[in-house]
Amino acid sequence: MLKRLFPMPLHTGILLVVWLLLNSFTVGHLVLGFILATIIPWLAAPLSDPHARVKKPLKGARYLLMVLWDIVVSNFEVAGRILRSNRHLRPGLVALPLDLQGQFPLAVLASTISLTPGTVSVDISEDMQWLYIHALHVDDEQRLIDRIKTRYEAPLREIFAC
Amino acid sequence: MLLVMEVLASFLLIMGGVFILIGALGMVKLPDFYTRLHAPTKATTLGIGCILIASMALHALRGDGLSIQELVISLFLFITAPVSAYMVAKAALQRRTAFLEGTRNADMSEDILERRAPDSR
Amino acid sequence: MLNMVLMAVSVMVGLALVLNSIRLLIGPSSADRILALDTLYINSIALIVLLGLYFASDMYFESALLIAMLGFVSTAALAKYMLRGDIIE
Repeated sequence: MLKRLFPMPLHTGILLVVWLLLNSFTVGHLVLGFILATIIPWLAAPLSDPHARVKKPLKGARYLLMVLWDIVVSNFEVAGRILRSNRHLRPGLVALPLDLQGQFPLAVLASTISLTPGTVSVDISEDMQWLYIHALHVDDEQRLIDRIKTRYEAPLREIFAC
Repeated sequence: MLLVMEVLASFLLIMGGVFILIGALGMVKLPDFYTRLHAPTKATTLGIGCILIASMALHALRGDGLSIQELVISLFLFITAPVSAYMVAKAALQRRTAFLEGTRNADMSEDILERRAPDSR
Repeated sequence: MLNMVLMAVSVMVGLALVLNSIRLLIGPSSADRILALDTLYINSIALIVLLGLYFASDMYFESALLIAMLGFVSTAALAKYMLRGDIIE
């Protein structure tokens, strides 16, 4: 019964808190936010599919901080490349063999790659074994692949335990 | 204390402005579509992140309380930037937008379109 | 001092908007134009946030939030239209 009323309890809580923070904290907004936080999961629950859960939240937080730092560093790198002459650029496509499995972890990995050092993820092969990346500057393909695998994929495998 | 916060916020604002400008400069000067894709997904996203953090600090400084809106906007932008980059890149590949001459593995684009494993090289 | 900084940053963002518009006009491919529009809306959010700081009002954030959401949806719709020739299948 409770499960039917609140199919996504975590999301209900987050929605209510965000609604109260975006508006003012009054009884009226509490009631309205509660109604919305109950109705929206009813509509959204059929769309969600069971996905991997974060097994190690502490490692996840560390990963998030590391990615934030990498975003800042990579931006200086990309800014440097933009300001220099185009002739120095060696763009290229790279295929990254994947060990990570599961849709949600892969989405996190692809987004991380898009936000960090001069790389954008373009597509994934149908069997989910290869991630295609476009890099702004490739000196050594293998080094780029190794770097992504050790720096981002290995921690993600630990976090999602897969 | 007040002055220190203001100087810090000004620094963040200027950094944000510089990154946004560099992103726009990259949009104009980089040689092909796929390299141009890097400018907005990275430089512009970080630039707007800096400006929003500065705005949060300044609003807190003025005593309006901690406003969560900036945090929501920056989170939203950081989540959507890779998604829109991915979608636009895929659309460009589908239209066979030309690669810059000398791009490594440019022939791999056929594999990507078919979504199959790359030919063993 | 802060107002000076805000002015200077607004000028930088305005210049960025002009540069993006140049890319929007010259293309050459339609993917470039979508990318330019995407960057334009993100930069306009920056401009609105700066305006909100300048006038010390938090009314502007509502519009910034709206632009962020509508901008993402329109970029996704345009990219999908290019990909499939249709938006809703």
